[in-house]
Amino acid sequence: MITIYVPRDTTACALGADAVADAISAQAAQRDISLQIIRTGSRGLFWLETLVEVATDQGRRAFGPVEASDVGALFDAGFYEGKGDKLALGLSEEIPYLKNQQRLNFARAGIVDPLSIDDYKSQGGYAGLSRALAMQPQAIVDEVKESGLRGRGGAAFPAGIKWQTVLDTPAAQKYIVCNADEGDSGTFADRLLMEADPYQLIEGMTIAGLGTGATQGYIYLRSEYPKAFSVLKTALANAYAAGYLGSNVAGSGKHFDLEVRLGAGAYICGEETSLLDSLEGKRGMVRAKPPLPAIVGLFGQPTVINNVLTLATISSIFEKGAAHYKSLGVGRSIGTLPMQLAGNIKRGGIVELAFGSTLRSLLEDFGAGTASGKPIKAVQVGGPLGAYLPASALDISLDYESFAAASAMLGHGGVVVFDDSVDMLEQARFAMEFCVVESCGKCTPCRVGSTRGVEVLDKIRAGEQRDDNLILLEELCETMEYGSLCAMGGLTPFPVRSAIKHFPEEFGG
Amino acid sequence: MTPVINMAAIGEIIDRLKDLPGALLPILHEIQHVQGFVPSVSVPAIAEALSLSRAEVHGVISFYHHFHSEPMGQQVVQICRAEACQAVGARELEQHMTNKLGINVGETTSDGAISLEPVYCLGNCACGPSVQIDDQLHARVTPERFDALVSAPEAK
Repeated sequence: MITIYVPRDTTACALGADAVADAISAQAAQRDISLQIIRTGSRGLFWLETLVEVATDQGRRAFGPVEASDVGALFDAGFYEGKGDKLALGLSEEIPYLKNQQRLNFARAGIVDPLSIDDYKSQGGYAGLSRALAMQPQAIVDEVKESGLRGRGGAAFPAGIKWQTVLDTPAAQKYIVCNADEGDSGTFADRLLMEADPYQLIEGMTIAGLGTGATQGYIYLRSEYPKAFSVLKTALANAYAAGYLGSNVAGSGKHFDLEVRLGAGAYICGEETSLLDSLEGKRGMVRAKPPLPAIVGLFGQPTVINNVLTLATISSIFEKGAAHYKSLGVGRSIGTLPMQLAGNIKRGGIVELAFGSTLRSLLEDFGAGTASGKPIKAVQVGGPLGAYLPASALDISLDYESFAAASAMLGHGGVVVFDDSVDMLEQARFAMEFCVVESCGKCTPCRVGSTRGVEVLDKIRAGEQRDDNLILLEELCETMEYGSLCAMGGLTPFPVRSAIKHFPEEFGG
Repeated sequence: MTPVINMAAIGEIIDRLKDLPGALLPILHEIQHVQGFVPSVSVPAIAEALSLSRAEVHGVISFYHHFHSEPMGQQVVQICRAEACQAVGARELEQHMTNKLGINVGETTSDGAISLEPVYCLGNCACGPSVQIDDQLHARVTPERFDALVSAPEAK
């Protein structure tokens, strides 16, 4: 039996993967060739989508980017037996973009059928849970601390410390909440992980429950990800049916329930406290901290709230051990970070590397420069609240400390590339405008400051008292940075100030 | 045209979901799913079932960009306005779309055919500009491609 793999993730489908799969079925029927099509997640090599793979004795052979109109010619060349030169990329695992990565979170992405628990287990899945089930809660939390895992949502807080706080806080009901409100432009790692390997997240959350004594989990998913929602719903139902969730997790007698809930298009709900308010059925308003969510979280109870990648990483830490994880990375930035190459980039996609590579290597060796072929002018790392870096700063090391030292942030690993046609004053204005649209409105520096920021930038654009208005803008940025309740208002000045600092001529400086 | 509001279906949704912890968002999602928007006449029933004030329910509906209190066009077109799409021409595409449809972002064509909505990131950032039409996402959308995708009325 011939086996063909066609991705089913959001980006592949937006590029026509469903039509490609249909065309393969139709051609096979027409030619009386017996084959099965397995819809995988995606390898995350989005510049090659739709990436079609064929199982051969040497391993999978890849063809891409395939359009439905290419399928007839692919059959003529015998692609279903791994033959032919048309769109041929050779063995999938030998594609340099993939081969040169160090994949932990994305090791299974694009390989397995995302909904198959058997596939997941055949690739190391649920080995971590088996180990955790034999451990005491404190030993589980110690393993997380020992691994050095830091939160992947952006703030990079040590996960083990958060878990310890929840474990140490007595309560009748505790919760595990997964922050899957991946709203940063330029990021799609959470989405791909949920669409390509959802059990990794489900397993990680189950281990978090065992470690902290929480019996109920929620995945708070943004409503802009309907495919991820559908994959998660089915994966959760399968995990219940296979006995990996519920009142008797893997036959251990331990209890963990898990449910996916949808957000409703509010960027601020990626902030952990407003996410909790939203899960409770309220407006997503930011809460003052303290109290920490680990002590007073969802419905007032102790709550672990971690990003998708953080919780998914737990599975591999328990599968391979804390020491293995700790052996990757540099300094206090331990492990791997899936970087996401986006915007004006020739080869966009997921590039998972141990911390410590450079931004230049990422953009040149993997990304191959801009899609437009023009020079790179600016790169925004870390989402809409991240700094703009100029082309001269690309040698920066990809780790939390190096970015902090450059008044920038690595955040969730999104990298948005702009060519030399970008207008940096417009980008600074957009940062303020985005804050106007998405501020929850609770604190004045964020709610009002962002609106004033747009106005001041318009005056600078118009050449009205430019020097005075630049000073005013800086003072406004300072007020927002120090006076806002959360990172929304607090970090909006980062893209604004970095644009002014690195491209002063565009602000009339 | 006044939309037909199926209060029986709405009542069923409320009854079925009201005991969930944090039930309000799941209820609003389902109502919008079957009705296309969250009709204001459903607010008192939701408030009553969840022991909330009508103001609280209205406050939640109006807080989230996803929920609509008014009927939308037959087709909902979302254009991504975020940075990764800006870097590959989303601003120019948006300009083209508003010219083509004769409406601003956030408006519905006068014949009720198309609503144009802003969205900030659809998670397709490696292959923008991204446009979602109803439930179908489209990657690398050019003005020409957009014209082919919508059977749009010309600017009126």
